[in-house]
Amino acid sequence: MLRDITIGQYYPVESAIHRLDPRIKISISFLYLISLFIVKDIRVFGLVTLFLLMIIKMSKVPVNYILRGLKPIFLIIIFAFVINLFMTPGDSIFHYGIFNITIQGVYQAVFMVLRLVYLIVGTSLLTLTTSPIALTDGIEHLLTPFKKIGLPAHELAMMMTIALRFIPTLLEETDKIMKAQMARGADFESGNIFNRAKALVPLLVPLFISAFRRADELAMAMEARCYRGGENRTRMKVLKYEKRDVLAGLVFGLYVALIVGLRFIM
Amino acid sequence: MSITIEHLDHIYDKGTPYETKALDDVSLTIETGEFIGIIGHTGSGKSTLIQHLNGLIKPSSGKIVVNDFDITAEKVKMTDVRKKVGLVFQYPEYQLFEETVARDIAFGPENLGLDAKTVEAHVKEAMALVGLDYETMKDKSPFELSGGQKRRVAIAGVLAMKPDVLILDEPTAGLDPKGRDEILMQIKQLHRKNKNTVILVSHSMEDVGKLADRLFVMNKGQLALSGTPLEVFRESEFLESIGLGVPQIVKLSEALIKKGIAIEKEIVTVEDAKQELLRLLGSK
Ligand SMILES: Nc1ncnc2c1ncn2[C@@H]1O[C@H](COP(=O)(O)OP(=O)(O)O)[C@@H](O)[C@H]1O
Ligand SMILES: [Mg+2]
Repeated sequence: MLRDITIGQYYPVESAIHRLDPRIKISISFLYLISLFIVKDIRVFGLVTLFLLMIIKMSKVPVNYILRGLKPIFLIIIFAFVINLFMTPGDSIFHYGIFNITIQGVYQAVFMVLRLVYLIVGTSLLTLTTSPIALTDGIEHLLTPFKKIGLPAHELAMMMTIALRFIPTLLEETDKIMKAQMARGADFESGNIFNRAKALVPLLVPLFISAFRRADELAMAMEARCYRGGENRTRMKVLKYEKRDVLAGLVFGLYVALIVGLRFIM
Repeated sequence: MSITIEHLDHIYDKGTPYETKALDDVSLTIETGEFIGIIGHTGSGKSTLIQHLNGLIKPSSGKIVVNDFDITAEKVKMTDVRKKVGLVFQYPEYQLFEETVARDIAFGPENLGLDAKTVEAHVKEAMALVGLDYETMKDKSPFELSGGQKRRVAIAGVLAMKPDVLILDEPTAGLDPKGRDEILMQIKQLHRKNKNTVILVSHSMEDVGKLADRLFVMNKGQLALSGTPLEVFRESEFLESIGLGVPQIVKLSEALIKKGIAIEKEIVTVEDAKQELLRLLGSK
């Protein structure tokens, strides 16, 4: 159940996308997110779909595995759809009581859902194909220029790795505590909202305690190995751009050019 | 409460790169009132197996019948099953959450819908069973206790539900020898007194060999061996090959027999060995 959450998780296979330099992948993902907001015409999403499908195919991550990542935000997607469907003014095509659906509403609703879904799919592709270590390495490199203005790039990157690293651990822990309380007759699934919130106490208290304990132990373990931040640290694997990274950059450049171009044409 | 498991398979994370076959065609029967030991190397599927018995996880395929009641069938009320089958998880102290010991132990029986008086009686009884003094302990915070005491509180939390079948998943993991012996002894006494079915999961042959009527040996998700401790310990070579080994006292008696010492009785526990050796010494 909880283990179905795939956002932020790494999918360990060998593929062209997995091999790309994390810096290029992070930059592309970031610009891709912006590109989604440049799109103003629903037809252009056809191009985005093609682009995404191409990457998914190359990444060897099964499509249904990626789509599973959408489950946790399913409610948000439905909500966005309904709000846009009913709240957009325009030419009515369906009317019943206070419900009024317009042709513009339908368009807007589909448009928003596509944007949301592509946002999530795009970002999860980054984490699915980049190991947490590579991801942090990339982030740290990309943030290095900002060190001059006092941004603690290394610390930020380290915090991010740790957070990513502990998502599965905490989910596993939640699963375990939930089962243990269910064995004691706890019921997490029925009752009204108030009762359900109350039912969470036996889950949340042990979970918080264990999260703090883990944080404490981790800090101790890092200290015991003389960790003291980014100063003078060297790496085992030094990041280096390859031909394929340049190629990926060029392909993505073409995609951006098309998106921007189409915005002015359509 | 008898339990029958037929051709049970369990696959975790099916269809992902993390897919693991945790149980592979496990079939077994447990009779009412038996003391069962389940033993196996870490990762052999012990915990997965027992979580099926009160419906916490669903089989990928196969059938589980508890008291003529198929709990793998559709639309079974799991709360009814969990009332009858109590499960103490591994490291159960991590599930404590209440402000006081007594209230934490009362969580289970309260969920069963018992009235306040009965709940209190159950709590008192459960605390006595695990050797916690009710008056001095009931108002303490569970978080200020020692590891061993926390473990007892957590075990009492399940005992207070008075399950017909009590399952304990490595209840002594991480305890010191004294705490371990005490808890095992209390479990044994409980079984003697209530005649309920007890399933003890462990990776220590010494522990289960001493206590259980019958052992199930798990290896890589399969039921590799079953029988009385004596029958199982005869397969010492096989046990070694799957990383388990037999209790040291069994090894000792095997070594003595090899040396030509006429040990007649088959040895399972230190007590057996003591008597047999005394007999041999006396007969000289
Ligand atoms: N919740 C889970 N999700 C995925 N895999 C699991 C889960 N629990 C256990 N496993 C895997 O199933 C196998 C059996 O584990 P488990 O039943 O815990 O063994 P044991 O209790 O004998 O140590 C192991 O390979 C373990 O990694
Ligand atoms: Mg286990």
